[in-house]
Formats: sequence, structure tokens, C-alpha cells
Amino acid sequence: MWLFNSSVGRKVVMSVSGIALVLFLLFHMSMNLVAIFSTEGYNMICEFLGANWYALVGTAGLAALVVVHFVYAFMLTIQNRKARGSQRYAVVEKPKNVSWASQNMLVLGIIVILGLGLHLFNFWANMQLPEVLHKLGMHVEDAVMADVANGSGYIAKTFTCPVYAALYTVWLAALWFHLTHGFWSAIQTLGVNNKVWFCRWKAIGNVIVTLIILGFFAVVVAGYFGLGALGTIEVAAPAACCAPCC
Amino acid sequence: MDKNISFTLKVWRQRGPKAKGAFETYQMKDIPGDTSFLEMLDILNEQLVNENKEPIVFDHDCREGICGMCSLYVNGHPHGPATGATTCQLYMRRFKDGDTITVEPWRSAGFPVIRDLMVDRTAFDKIQQAGGYVSINTGGMPDANAIPIGKDVAEEAMDAAACIGCGACVAACKNGSAMLFVSAKVSQFALLPQGKVEAKKRVKAMVAKMDELGFGNCTNTRACEAECPKCVSISNIARLNREFIKAKMKD
Ligand code: HEM
Ligand code: SF4
Ligand code: FES
Repeated sequence: MWLFNSSVGRKVVMSVSGIALVLFLLFHMSMNLVAIFSTEGYNMICEFLGANWYALVGTAGLAALVVVHFVYAFMLTIQNRKARGSQRYAVVEKPKNVSWASQNMLVLGIIVILGLGLHLFNFWANMQLPEVLHKLGMHVEDAVMADVANGSGYIAKTFTCPVYAALYTVWLAALWFHLTHGFWSAIQTLGVNNKVWFCRWKAIGNVIVTLIILGFFAVVVAGYFGLGALGTIEVAAPAACCAPCC
Repeated sequence: MDKNISFTLKVWRQRGPKAKGAFETYQMKDIPGDTSFLEMLDILNEQLVNENKEPIVFDHDCREGICGMCSLYVNGHPHGPATGATTCQLYMRRFKDGDTITVEPWRSAGFPVIRDLMVDRTAFDKIQQAGGYVSINTGGMPDANAIPIGKDVAEEAMDAAACIGCGACVAACKNGSAMLFVSAKVSQFALLPQGKVEAKKRVKAMVAKMDELGFGNCTNTRACEAECPKCVSISNIARLNREFIKAKMKD
């Protein structure tokens, strides 16, 4: 199968899974912005998605994309290190047009997946997961069940904690670097590029990616400083990591 | 007249493919600025021979930037710090008095060191033999302009055909990828009517050979095009990807 056996095919898999994830991020970011303007509105979206079949199919699809992207990332990196050989140059000088991100995609990706783990722990484990468990007939605390669609509440609770706000900021920064290289690289891999479009794709990518990251970051900032609708939420118990200090 | 300069030269010495190599340091005195880099090595080798020492082995042939043999990695750049030039086109006036100049062989698993600064680049020949030619009968010499080809297309094909197969792209790549070379060879044919006929077969065969020989997966870092002495553009890599994906979709 050429998507596995050939170098170009493997890159196509990286590219398509990456672009699909970017599209998802675009949707997720737009949805999150609602929380700044209306907490009820945001919770309605959470309710609408919840553990309905389409949300579950979507989640499973996303999980598959992340796994494929992750597995291929390691496979490609291992092959590339082997192709490079064990002898390193004594002197290396990076040419000007080579971006830092392009040479550190794996490290950036690892930060992204660690952030994803934290994110699932903060939100998904309190929202979709208990609802699914409940549907499967398992016992879930009433207090937890009452809050499964309270996305705004979890946002406020998580981001009032400075440690979480800082960790999410690092996560978003890593994602920004990953995607500023990733976006045009994916287009290049698919072969939809030439001398003229090269600069255009780069600009389009930078705009889309920066908007995505700024959108997510706005919610972190609004949560931390209690701005907009998020300021109306009383945070009773601070998020777990802050319990000892706050 | 250029000034004469004196500098320290650190050169990679390695007796054979399996031997362990190490840097050796040489002091170079009063080298005129208009000496080419390879002439400078000739001067050093003559000194070494006179001292009954082994001269430094390095590849070279045309010494005018067309054969692609002079594969030296100078101060962190394949073909040295000059852009759009090969090592043989590099002159000592680029360096300053008192500099330390480090010379290494290409380092990539696909190009094993034979001795000192000389590496084995037959992998490129094998890729070329896999499909980098036109095997259909194109008939006798046609009249000029009998097959109209747009100016921009002709230019792009010529730019791709400028590749001299030197391997600097692989030497520069952190992934040991040969995509710039292969894409140049694929593009110079894929753009022209004579080459289009076998385009699908060619791209599949050349990529398969490149993968089989263990070159890496391109992650578009762009180090190759920055270091290519012929300024071959990565838009050729996009064309290679496009041709390859199209060919595989057809199957
Ligand atoms: C939301 C998450 C992510 C998105 C949207 C994303 C997106 C992308 C995109 C668009 C590319 C460019 C593909 C190409 O050049 O053809 C890419 C490349 C890459 N990604 Fe991700 N990625 C994500 C997460 C990850 C994770 C978790 C890892 C794992 C460690 C990772 C590792 C890599 C690596 C190593 C590359 C470079 C591979 C290459 O260019 O061949 N990414 N990513
Ligand atoms: S593409 Fe450039 S760097 Fe690569 S082999 Fe051809 S001339 Fe050398
Ligand atoms: S010796 Fe021929 S290109 Fe340098």
C-alpha cells in the first residue's frame, strides 16, 4: 500500500490527518468563543454535543486522526534519523529560510499531545466521559452528572487557576509553531503548490493558524481574568492543581 | 588584487569506509584571496606530499561548477558559505585572516565516506537509472518550434535541468532526504511533451528507488533549496508529489 510503503505516501497521511485536525481546531475555536459572550449559549452547545451518537462518532474519528498522525510522526522521525546516519557534522549553520519549527516538529508535537492529555483530563473526563459511562449503565455521582454540560463552569474553574492558565498558554504556543510550519507543509506535500502560491499558502496558513490560536487564547485570558460572560461565574472550588495553594 | 590570508584548516581525515575518522588541523600561510578553495587544498596537498604525508582525498573534476563532484561541507554549509556556487567556485577571499575553516565530507547514510572528504554517491546514479531518461523514440531532430512549448514551461524545465547531481541537498537535509534531486530529475521531463509520455512510470520508479536506497522522508524544512548550488526550487518537490499522487490514484 503506497500510503505506507512510499515516502511520499507516508507524507500524504501526515498531511491529510494534520489538515483534518486543523479543520477541527477551527470549529472547536469558534465554538469556544461563544463562552466569552454567553455562558448559557456555550452550555447549550455542550448539551447539544454531549454523548449523542454524532458527537461520539466525531470523537472517535478525531481520536483515530490523532493516533494515525502520532504513529506516523514517530515512524517518519525514526526513518529520517536512520537516513541521516550516525555521524553528525561538527559545524552546523542553519540557513536563513529554514524555520525553527520545521526542524522541531516532533518535539512540538509531543508538547501538543501532552497538552491534549491535560485537556482531556480537565474537560472530557468531566463532561463526555461520565455521560457515556452513565448511558452504559454505570454508576456516576449525581453531582458529576449535573455538570456534564456545564462547559462554561469548567472553563472558569480551570482557567482561574494560574498554573493551568500558564500550561494552556504553553500548549497553544507549541501548537502555533507546529501549525505555522505544518499548514503550508501539508499543502506542499499534497503537491498543490508552486513558486507563486508558495508565499500565498504561507500567508493563508499563518492567518488561519494565528486566528485559531488567538481564539483559544482569548478564552484562557477571559477565564483567568473573569472577563465577559465568564466573569459572571462564581468559582466555588478551584481546579485540582491549585487546591493546595489557592 | 585580493589580500593574502592566513588561517587554520580543520579537515576530516578517515582512512577508509570502516575506519574511525578524526579532524586534523593545518596552518595555512599567505594564501592569496583569488585562490579557489580546491586550489587551496592542492597547495596543502603539495606540502603534505613534500613532507611525505598522505595527501587529503577529495572529489573534483570540472572545477567550473558543472560536474557536481566537489562535495565538501565547509563551515556548516554544503559547498561552503557562498550561495548559488559549488565548492570549486568558492574563493578564499570569502574568508578572513585568522579564521578557522572546518571541512567535512557529506554526512548522510545514503552517501558513505570512502576516504577523507570523498563520499560514495552511486545512489544518485541508481535513482537516475531507475527512470531518469526518455526511452521512447522521439524521431529525428524536429524543426525548431515544431512542438510549441510555452516560455515559462521551458524556463521551469531548464531550471530543473540545472541540477548537477552534487548531493548537497541530501548533505544539508536533517532527514537525509533526496527529494530535491529526484524532483529536479522528474520535473525536467514531466514539464515537456517528450517526457510526459512516461511521466507516471518514471515518477513511481524513481521514488521507489529513492526509498529503497534508504533516503529519508521530506518534511519540507527547505534546507536543500537554500544550499543547492544551482538554486533548484522546492516547487519541484511539490510537482514530484503531485505527479506521484496522480500516478498512484490512477492505479
Ligand atoms: C491538534 C493536533 C495536531 C495538528 C492539527 C497537527 C497538524 C500537522 C500538520 C498540518 C502537519 C504537516 C503535515 C505535512 O507536512 O505534510 C504536521 C506535521 C507533523 N506533526 Fe502534527 N499536528 C498535531 C499534533 C501532532 C502530534 C500530537 C504529534 C506527535 C508527536 C505531531 C507530530 C508531527 C510531526 C513530527 C510532523 C512533521 C512530519 C512531516 O512533516 O513529515 N503532530 N502536523
Ligand atoms: S538539487 Fe541542487 S543540491 Fe541537489 S543534487 Fe541537484 S544541484 Fe545538487
Ligand atoms: S568540480 Fe565540478 S562542480 Fe565543482
